[in-house]
Amino acid sequence: MDKEWEIRLGGTGGQGLITGGIILAEAAILDGKVAVQSQSYGPESRGGSSKAEVIISNDEIDYMKVKDADLLLVMSPEAAKKYKDEVKEDAIIIVDTTYVKDFEATKGKVYEVKISHLARHEAGRELVANIVALAVIVGVTNVVSRSALEQAVLSRIPKGTEELNKKAMAVGFKAIEEVLNAA
Amino acid sequence: MTVTDIKAKLMQGNQACAEGAIYAGINFYAGYPITPSTEIAEVLAERMPEEGGKFIQMEDEIASMAAIVGASLTGAKTMTATSGPGFSLKQENFGYGIVAETPCVVVNVQRLGPSTGGPTAPAQGDMMQARWGTHGDHPVIALCPSTVQECFDLTVKAFNLAEEFRTPVLLLLDEVIGHMRERVFVPQPGELEVVDRIKPEAGTQNYLAYQPVDSTLVPPMASFGDGYRFHVTGLLHDETGFPTNNSEVMGSLIERLHQKIERGREKIVIVEEIDIDDADVVIIAYGCVARSAQKAQKMARKKGQKVGILRLITVWPFPEEEVLRVAEKAKALIVPEMNRGQIKDVVQSAVVGKAEVYGIGNVDGEMVSPCQILAKIEEVL
Amino acid sequence: MLAHLEKYFRTERLPHIWCPGCANGIIVKSLVEAIDKAGLDQDKTVIVSGIGCSSRAPGYLNFNTLHTTHGRAIAFATGVKLANPELNVIVVTGDGDGTSIGGNHLIHGARRNIDLTVLLFNNSIYGMTGGQYSPMSPQGAKATTSPYGNIERPFDICNLVTASGASYVARGNSYHTSQLTNLIYQGLQNKGFSFIEAISTCPVYFGRKNKLGRPADMLKMQKEFCISKEAAEKMSAEEKAGKVITGVLHYAELPEYTEQYQKIVDKCQRR
Repeated sequence: MDKEWEIRLGGTGGQGLITGGIILAEAAILDGKVAVQSQSYGPESRGGSSKAEVIISNDEIDYMKVKDADLLLVMSPEAAKKYKDEVKEDAIIIVDTTYVKDFEATKGKVYEVKISHLARHEAGRELVANIVALAVIVGVTNVVSRSALEQAVLSRIPKGTEELNKKAMAVGFKAIEEVLNAA
Repeated sequence: MTVTDIKAKLMQGNQACAEGAIYAGINFYAGYPITPSTEIAEVLAERMPEEGGKFIQMEDEIASMAAIVGASLTGAKTMTATSGPGFSLKQENFGYGIVAETPCVVVNVQRLGPSTGGPTAPAQGDMMQARWGTHGDHPVIALCPSTVQECFDLTVKAFNLAEEFRTPVLLLLDEVIGHMRERVFVPQPGELEVVDRIKPEAGTQNYLAYQPVDSTLVPPMASFGDGYRFHVTGLLHDETGFPTNNSEVMGSLIERLHQKIERGREKIVIVEEIDIDDADVVIIAYGCVARSAQKAQKMARKKGQKVGILRLITVWPFPEEEVLRVAEKAKALIVPEMNRGQIKDVVQSAVVGKAEVYGIGNVDGEMVSPCQILAKIEEVL
Repeated sequence: MLAHLEKYFRTERLPHIWCPGCANGIIVKSLVEAIDKAGLDQDKTVIVSGIGCSSRAPGYLNFNTLHTTHGRAIAFATGVKLANPELNVIVVTGDGDGTSIGGNHLIHGARRNIDLTVLLFNNSIYGMTGGQYSPMSPQGAKATTSPYGNIERPFDICNLVTASGASYVARGNSYHTSQLTNLIYQGLQNKGFSFIEAISTCPVYFGRKNKLGRPADMLKMQKEFCISKEAAEKMSAEEKAGKVITGVLHYAELPEYTEQYQKIVDKCQRR
């Protein structure tokens, strides 16, 4: 991975996207890369719209805000509408089809995965949808290594949820493999 | 790619500030919850007792500022952190700290104002309040980090300056720098300098708490409990610390407060110069906007435009000489900031017409973008 | 001045700034006697004040002294005490300083039960600024800012501090000085937030505006309207009307703030 990745994760508060962004940045640093994570949120920490931004690079990062993303994850219809055009021409867009229906991209390549549904029914709890999503992202992009992702996930989650989160990662990797194989 | 075991840690700006305070040897923190600075209090609430220090959440912002001054007088290294409205509330006791010559660090994670304003929106609108927020004529030291690493390093520096110059020191973050996360290389003990205040020499007779003993004009500082039984007041006082209304004595105290900072200028004023030597245009930036400036400057250089950056790490006392030197060589100066030209105006008065000065002033809670700066470069070249 | 008390004064700072006839000096003497009786080490004692007439007292006293901003003495003192719990910390404040601009710090200091001894000089008026009404001015009282009589109700400050959680609350006055000394002494002995309201006089502003006579007359009035808690217990409601009750009004053994905090430090450091 030599390019600089500008990543935007969009959804609603409570989906764990800011945690997801932090984990991604931490994994990049574990890989020896440079990473910046920033965020925006309403004063309410649940239910409002939520956005996390991460930039991962081999070089020092000057500007910390994402303009047109190389990678976009959308987990709510509002986020899909708001961010789908703020991407580069060759962007990768990952859509959680549990909540985002009939996604129409104007640019970029779209990967559709029922992330939240899989989290609930395959991993066991929808709470880990963000972790499923991270595995999907890494499965498509290799933006961080799988071992760094696992280490970063395990260092940021509550004690006693290790198995649940490992399962969530496995579910995510499997789901994206199926999508990639089908393509 | 392998997972390497490196010292770099992913840290939030506010967290790095708290950890920097611990590195500097903080003993006492008092604060009050306010967005976007609250994480500093949250980290220190957990970390202070682990380090044998004290944390207290006071009943309000005014009390927090008062408590850190009181604690400092017992010999403790102290800090408080706040944002916007809280910074307004702290001003009176901040001035008390200046006149009573009490070391402490005050962090203001700037948010969009005035009033309650935009609690989660970034701004740099308190630059002039930092300079003149408390009443009366006084000196002030204010540092402005642009990276999370600097949140750590400059917090250590702020403590050092506070202790060395016996004065409150301001650390001006903004919501972007305070809340973003990036990697920090945490220095080993001894790697960064840590300064402690100068106490009266053992066996000092007739100690006078406000009498300088050397050309630094910074009087040695005893602690309450050391046995000197000195008096501290916000009234203007003579070298004994007792109030006076003798105009000569009052005036000379104010003069000395300014002079001690002026004489320490070399230790206090820090700037970073990037590609200045051949620059036609120099961007003067600080805080989060310096990051936009860096991106814009690299893009401009790629296009063949001769652009440099003067980054103000110390904003107060203002780096007038450094700015003037740059103005003598460059044709134009661009000052992008998240206010309507607070520092631009100071630059303008510092360069006395030697270069054209242009401002970019965002007051909508959005960062100044590299594109805005590039457009301005095109305009002025 | 009693010779053995001289060591507690910065005699070179005298004479004090208080007007002739002001009772503040009487209360300061009681404070010093109480300190003497308690045997406090002057080097390890800090006296903190705010702004106002009474807040000038620390300047005359030979201790570590801290004259702060208006209303904030308890907040500064909280910093002093928590940073170094070995210091004895005494706060001197007035009715304007302590109950108006500093009212929030007063109730929160009490709530924390932090080990401070707060001596509030109540002269019912802002003296330093020339006689404005305070939250302790009686209803109907005249002041420069209540020329038609004060329509606000005064605090019962001892009740407020008790309700806020202080472990020791007492009231004395500048006439019954041995009682006052003893009340301050007990406050110094209490490990926790101790509050003593000391009724003072302001003959120049409060007395003159309200036609209360000469300074000595105002002191004699204190003798008449103050009754001890013990005496009050034997009196009917009618007999108690218009009287002010003095003595120890509240005492409770409660955990002290800096000791509680130290337990957290010890626990964290054992980890």
